[in-house]
Amino acid sequence: MSKDNQVLEELTSKEYEHGWTTNFETDSAPKGLNEDIIRFISSKKNEPEWLLEWRLSAYRQWTKMKEPTWPNVTYPPINYQDVIYYSAPKQKATPKNLEDVDPELIKTFEKLGISLTEQKRLTGVAVDAVIDSVSVATTFKETLGELGIIFCSFSEAVQKHPDLVKKYMGSVVPVNDNYFAALNSAVFTDGSFCYIPKGVRCPMELSTYFRINAANTGQFERTLIVADEGSYVSYLEGCTAPMRDENQLHAAVVEIYAMKDAQVKYSTVQNWYPGDKEGKGGIYNFVTKRGLCFGDGSKISWTQVETGSAITWKYPSCILKGDNSMGEFYSVAVTNNYQQADTGTKMIHIGKNTKSRIVSKGISAGHSQNSYRGQVHIMKRAEGARNFSQCDSLLMGDKCGAHTFPYIDVENNSAKIEHEATTSKIGEDQIFYCLQRGIDEESAVALIVNGYAKEVLNQLPMEFAVEAQKLLALTLEGSVG
Amino acid sequence: MSVAVSEKNITSEIAAGIEKSLKTASSETALRKEALENFRTLGLPANKAEEYKFTPITRSLEKNFNFALQNPVSKINNVSDYTIAGVEADVLVFVNGVFSKETSSIKSTGLTVLTLQEALSTKTDLVLKHLGKYADAKTDAFIAWNTAAFQDGVFIYVPDNTVVEKPVVLHHIHDAAQGQVISVNRNLIVVGKSSELTVLEKFDSTGSANFSNTVTEAVVAENAALNLYSIQNDNGPRYQFGLTQIYQSNFSRVNTYTFTLSGKLVRNNLQFVLDGEGIESHMYGLYLLTNDTLADNHTVVDHRKPNSFSNEMYKGIMDGSSKGVFNGKIYVRPNAQKTNAFQANRNILLTDKATVNTKPQLEIWADDVKCSHGCTTGQLDEEALFYLQARGISKETAQAMMLYAFAGEVLDNVKHPVIKEYLDNVISERLHKNF
Repeated sequence: MSKDNQVLEELTSKEYEHGWTTNFETDSAPKGLNEDIIRFISSKKNEPEWLLEWRLSAYRQWTKMKEPTWPNVTYPPINYQDVIYYSAPKQKATPKNLEDVDPELIKTFEKLGISLTEQKRLTGVAVDAVIDSVSVATTFKETLGELGIIFCSFSEAVQKHPDLVKKYMGSVVPVNDNYFAALNSAVFTDGSFCYIPKGVRCPMELSTYFRINAANTGQFERTLIVADEGSYVSYLEGCTAPMRDENQLHAAVVEIYAMKDAQVKYSTVQNWYPGDKEGKGGIYNFVTKRGLCFGDGSKISWTQVETGSAITWKYPSCILKGDNSMGEFYSVAVTNNYQQADTGTKMIHIGKNTKSRIVSKGISAGHSQNSYRGQVHIMKRAEGARNFSQCDSLLMGDKCGAHTFPYIDVENNSAKIEHEATTSKIGEDQIFYCLQRGIDEESAVALIVNGYAKEVLNQLPMEFAVEAQKLLALTLEGSVG
Repeated sequence: MSVAVSEKNITSEIAAGIEKSLKTASSETALRKEALENFRTLGLPANKAEEYKFTPITRSLEKNFNFALQNPVSKINNVSDYTIAGVEADVLVFVNGVFSKETSSIKSTGLTVLTLQEALSTKTDLVLKHLGKYADAKTDAFIAWNTAAFQDGVFIYVPDNTVVEKPVVLHHIHDAAQGQVISVNRNLIVVGKSSELTVLEKFDSTGSANFSNTVTEAVVAENAALNLYSIQNDNGPRYQFGLTQIYQSNFSRVNTYTFTLSGKLVRNNLQFVLDGEGIESHMYGLYLLTNDTLADNHTVVDHRKPNSFSNEMYKGIMDGSSKGVFNGKIYVRPNAQKTNAFQANRNILLTDKATVNTKPQLEIWADDVKCSHGCTTGQLDEEALFYLQARGISKETAQAMMLYAFAGEVLDNVKHPVIKEYLDNVISERLHKNF
């Protein structure tokens, strides 16, 4: 076996480091999905009548919809009746502050490297942690409250700010948008809600951490971010899950609503359990993320680093409705072993002088399949629209695949659209150059991959960039093709 | 997967017509029957079927054609309006899908040029060895339709070590002055080892709605070369499905040139299978659209073996309320290492009613490859226009000059001097007249 293959072998035998479970008591619904389960979830969460109706209507539409088959991924059919749609860590009462939170939970987060307490105070990140679909703790609520920023769990928002939730929920991703969004709308259990009032610049990064803990559960959380006129917020999202043999479903919905001159930056580091090296187990990550640049001059920016999940199906999109609004999408998607990713973005240009920029970097290794799928649509009245897209793929090994499916639809003659894509491997000359200068092969690959992904990593907030870089190095160390 | 349209089931209407015309005695009947079954199962593409997403071809056929009718008898006996002056060539003319012996002339020796029907009876084994083996009737209803129902076409066979100097020109003329015309033609080109051939297909029509379903299969053996031109400049409202399926062996070279200058709804499928090493394939395309023309170019390049090179350049200028569609797929199979594949699609929209839908698609399973694609959509550079205007050139002329330069990048690659001159004249005249 050549050295390259050995290194590749080492890489593929790398174990998932967040693969432990925590034994806290959970409060679960029985398996399966029907109107009673939805009523059960709704009553558990003490929801108002309108929300129950909303869920039920989503469920009824979902039953009429078909699971999409167009993504370039294969998986055995999912039995939606074999999933637990509600699982919450048992708590005696709602925690008033961190001291009341179950110590097991705190330990969980410490293992994850997110301390809900002092450490994060130093780094200045407000965290909302979600375990098995239920938000367990939110930090920095008071500091943010002084500025009028609302940052809380979705269920809390439903109780305390029903008007806001009612007004904006489903306005960007309608219940019947797609199969998984409809499923989420019917059974979502919690998530985060964030409202930035007029003219406020959120002083710290807001963050949500998702973790699936219990077996057989699906995680269906919902995030809603509303940025009022002239406000700014940077939002982070991270995900992990324990190792399990069976596949678990994660179908989340993220909605961003940006008003005039508002700016939202949404960053994700997704590290769900990708399955073992034979491709057994792992998370099915079927996520609908969409931002609406409703007001003139608004801007939504998506940055994602996708390293986990057995299957990723995710297209963070921007609808550029307001004139002069802007959408951005930066993505690094890494697949290894038997992972499959079909990810990309949609930029829908409706308003005048709207701009969008897409930078997607795919890296495939092992037996994985990595697809970029994106759409740039310039509508008729989108005068002076501008788009630049670049999607590059890097292949490591000859058993993986890289695919690009860009759709470019232009209906206005003043639009300027550019799209370019390349596929290549790490050049032997690049490796040779590093070796010559005394850099060993593994570090050389890490160096080159980091350089390759830099354009995207640079978009991440500091704390995340470090984590993302480490993740990249971990997944790809030494995998010279 | 396409699903048959339900309202007025045009698929079964066409299938019934084909079944009636099937002869039992011919050597290719089994092939036709199988294709007919495929046609029935596949059905014509439903509205918004992925491969026909922007091209409502089934609906157009439903609306504009009656498949129970026979083609009118054509009175055309002079084809000089359609030929390219000055080209020394073997000429085969098909009027409304039927071979016109009077207007055709085959003089070259060293190669075999026959109508497909004739070849099927005189060179049965050779034809059946290739016919339908490359264009897969299971993949597309139009291919199945063609395989089941082709009326006639051309069979060209170039033996090993033969360089054919003169091009073979095929004229597909539709005379729809007396009513609708539907033609189904099938061509088979076999180029032997180390041989060379140039073929030009030209599509013309007059009168009312006419539809052609043309499939060309080309097999290019080791070290051989083939140049394939397709020029479409219709006066009449032509609806078209065309497939050119090329199968290349080691060290062969193929250049294709697709010019879509007119028509109503033109769908061109160009599919390459690169089943060998050291292959070179160049695809050039230009679509110059006005009024409500829809031109849809779908190309597939399938790299199956290592060390081959493919290069694709398609350019489009859309005026009026025309619509340009481009879909380019490049597949690089797992063992096709050291593949080089390039693809470029550039479009200019001249009005705000014109649209373009492009989808350049790469699917790669090998790691040691260089593949890239680029596509742009935009308009003429304001500054360059201003520069020319500032030097006393009228805006119209300046625009025409710039568009000509844009088209020139494709035109420059045309090798045959007479064909190049002809295209050059047609295109510059068009640009000066229309834009």
